[in-house]
Parts: sequence; C-alpha cells; structure tokens
Amino acid sequence: MYSDKVMDHFQNPRNVGEIEDASGVGTVGNAKCGDIMRIYLDIDENQVIRDVKFKTFGCGAAVATSSMATELVKGKTIHEALQVTNKAVMEALDGLPPVKVHCSLLAEEAIHAALWDYAEKHGIRIEGLEKPKSDIHEGEEESEEY
Amino acid sequence: MGEEKRLIYLDNAATTRTAPEVVEAMLPYFSELYGNPSSVYEFSQKSREAVTKARETIAKSLGARTEEIYFTAGGSESDNWALKAAAEAYQGKGNHIITTKIEHHAVLHTGQWLEKQGCEVTYLDVDENGTVKLEELKKAIRPTTILISIMFANNEIGTIQPVKEIGEIAREHGILFHTDAVQAFGQLPINVDELNIDMLSSSAHKLNGPKGIGFLYIRKGVKIRSFLHGGAQERKRRAGTENVPGIVGYGAAVERAMRNMEERTAKERVLRDYLIDRILREVPYTRLNGHRQNRLPNNANFSFQFIEGESLLIMLDMEGICGSSGSACTSGSLDPSHVLLAIGLPHEIAHGSLRLTLSDETTEEELDHVVDAVKKIVEKLRGMSPLYEDFLKRQ
Repeated sequence: MYSDKVMDHFQNPRNVGEIEDASGVGTVGNAKCGDIMRIYLDIDENQVIRDVKFKTFGCGAAVATSSMATELVKGKTIHEALQVTNKAVMEALDGLPPVKVHCSLLAEEAIHAALWDYAEKHGIRIEGLEKPKSDIHEGEEESEEY
Repeated sequence: MGEEKRLIYLDNAATTRTAPEVVEAMLPYFSELYGNPSSVYEFSQKSREAVTKARETIAKSLGARTEEIYFTAGGSESDNWALKAAAEAYQGKGNHIITTKIEHHAVLHTGQWLEKQGCEVTYLDVDENGTVKLEELKKAIRPTTILISIMFANNEIGTIQPVKEIGEIAREHGILFHTDAVQAFGQLPINVDELNIDMLSSSAHKLNGPKGIGFLYIRKGVKIRSFLHGGAQERKRRAGTENVPGIVGYGAAVERAMRNMEERTAKERVLRDYLIDRILREVPYTRLNGHRQNRLPNNANFSFQFIEGESLLIMLDMEGICGSSGSACTSGSLDPSHVLLAIGLPHEIAHGSLRLTLSDETTEEELDHVVDAVKKIVEKLRGMSPLYEDFLKRQ
C-alpha cells in the first residue's frame, strides 16, 4: 500500500532523535487518533536550520512523512522551511494512500509548531507563520460514523 | 540472494490455510461431480448426497439435527440473517435486542442498522478481561427483549464468554439466544442443547476450510424466515444453488477439526502460553489483553506501550511475520479497536496492540524467532517515540 520511498523512509528514517537545547521544538497530533510528531530544530544566527531531528508515534506513513519533512527543511532558512507544504512532502515520497494524507499535514504542522516555538523563544515574528492549531494538548478528533 | 523469505503466519483468526485434505475432498465437485443438487437426474444425486453428508457431519459436531444447519456464504451473512430475521419474526413480541460492545462488526453494525429500523439495542459492557457481566445481562432484559446475541469467544482478545450461563438466562426468560461462534467453532467443544443455543454463526475458513461458506444453526421451532428469496434450497430459508465444493470442504474441515480438537488445542495452548510468558517477561511496558486463562487456545493479544500498531505490523511483515493490530491505522478509521476500548484501554495503548493467532502448524522455534523480532522492533519504535521520550524524562 505504500510507495518504495515511503517504505524506505519508514525502514531507514532520517534524522531520528532529539536535540538538546533546541532552538525550537514542536509537538503535534494526539494519542487518540494515533499520531504524535515532535520536531526539534537547531537554527543558527542567520536563521538557517543547521540541524533537525524528529520523534514520531504513529503508523508507517507518519514516520515516513516526518523523516521526509526533516530532510526537506534541513539546511533551509526558516522562511524557506515555511514553504515546505504537506504536498511537497507527499510528492517527495511519491504519494501516500488517501487515508494517510493527514500524516503529511501533521508533518507540515510539526515543522510550523517548531518554528513557532523558535519565534516565541526569540521574540520574533515569522512572516506567514500562524500559531499551529494542532497541538498534543488540544482538540480531540471526532470519531467516524458508520 | 535467492533465498526465499520465510513466512511465519500468526494471523489464523483472520483466516487459516485450507487444509490439503479439505482441498482434496472438494476437488471432484468442480469439474467432475458438478451437478446441481436440485436437479432430478441421477448425475446430480452425488452432489446432493455430498451436501447432505457435510450437513450431517456439521450437525453431529454441535449435537444438532441435520435440518437445523443452514448453509450461508459465511459468518457475516449468518450474523446478519440471525439478527435481522429475528427482529422481523418476533416484532409481535417486542423490539429489544441485547448484545455486547465487543461483538464483531457483522453483529454490531447490523444492530446499528436495526436501530434505524426502530429496534432498541442494548450493548453490554464487559469487564477488564472482556467478559460479559451476567448481572448486567439480567438487568438489561425487558418484557420486549426478543434476542440475546453474544459471541462465543472474541476474535481480537480471545476471551471466552460464559455461554452456558447466558443460555440459561435466555432460556429462563424465554428469549432467543444467538451466538457468533466464528472463532470458537472447531476450537472449543460446543453442544447447542447443553448450552441452550438457539442460533449459531460459523464460517469455514476459520477452521482450515474454504472461504465463502458458512452456516447458521437455527434450532427447530425458531421461526425466523428466509433471508434470500428464490429457490427452495436450505428448506426454503436461504435461496441459491448450493456452493457444493464449499459445503463439501466445510464438512471435511469440521471432520478434521473435531477429530484432532483435543490434541491440537492442547498443543496450541502450550505454545500460546509460551509466547505470552516470553513476551510479557522480555518486553517491558507490555500487557496481555483478554483473559489470561479463559481465552481461545490460539490467541495472544498484547499492547506495547508508547508504540503504534501499524508500524509494528509493517516491520514484522518485513521479517516475514504476519500478525494483526487493533490500531486505527489498520482499520481505516481514526479510532482504535472497539474491543480494546471496551476493556478500558486508553487510546494510545489500544493503538499499540498486536494480535498473534497460532495454528496447529506453529512451532516453538517460530515463536522464538517472533519474540526476538518483536523485542527488536519494539525497541526501535520506542526509540523513535515521543511518548517514550516523555515517559523516560518523567522517571
């Protein structure tokens, strides 16, 4: 059901781990629906993402999208990183099954949440960045009806 | 290169391997003895006899009469038929049905559909082991209750229900008792008279028979009507030309299952307990779901904290190990298994479940390989899990 790229990123996820004293950390998703992503960013004085790490609780697609998202933002400026959309993540993974598209949205949100945390810590505003809505402590997904 | 990936199949609650002797029994009924059992000429006599013989074998295995076995296309059809037809036939008496929160979707969704048609359905809670509380069952009974439908044993967590007691309660109150025995039939001895069962659903492919054939046992005197209208097959209660090879295969599968039930399940219980003991001992932050002893001989169901089930399944698959999970990701919905939620598991623990169901071909050596793989994979996934990271930081 998954593309080779998804399987590759799931089996050999890039940038798994934590960054101590990270410039920004974002955690999105919730345990109820089974996906939680946390992104750590290390951002230098030129606002370039020097390093990025992630941890994810979730399905194969959740792990793969996290992994791909970290690859796509690594070495980018924070403004470039903000342009990494869920579509870009999906395309880079050669697509996702329809029921897994939300995983790519979560990856985009996790990056945004980490950037938001960085902006808050440094008292700056990042043009175009809004406070991430999906947060581990907020919101319950509604259940599906038969 | 060139070495074929080894397959360790531990998803026998999903389906089983059709036994070679079952296939052999079926084969003549495709291209040689292909006559329609309803036809008059002598050629079709063989097909008719084969269907009768299978029906007799199955009836005998349940302590039922031959005419009480109605072939269907499988467990889901049998469940649908039992509930919908009972609701229709007994509407003069009432419109209330009692079932449980842990039924298979074939019962649960049928119950929900019946609610839309004007029925009232009580979905009983279960305890932390997944066992129905008999006192709650008694309390749920109303003058309008027409049917109690409670599964014999649960397909996910393996817990066996107190069917005898449920049957007695139903009998005392003059209520029909249907049981979905799709997982239990062939694994546990069942006598419909001793257990006061009025209707029972079963499916061949769960006991090394072919897919696409099942039956509904309907006790004589239970006046439920036809579900499929058409020809006079199955005593006019289920129209359609008989699936003769399927029925023959079913008969052969039941014969085989009854012949070696004691020996086979004893062996499976030993291996199941070996697997459970090793996993619980060697993988930290793990729980067994379902009743420790009172469970299907071949069922083990675990929850591994801090990890998600689909990831675990894919990684096991890469090692050639087939299992299943109650994770939302494997069900196509956002919610994890209704059964795991009903036994009180929090969502994140329900998402991290793994069901392994053994067969008589499972070996200890295979299970050793599985335990090693599970340990390695769980450790890897926990290393990637933010929940585990938070947990460690709290320590």
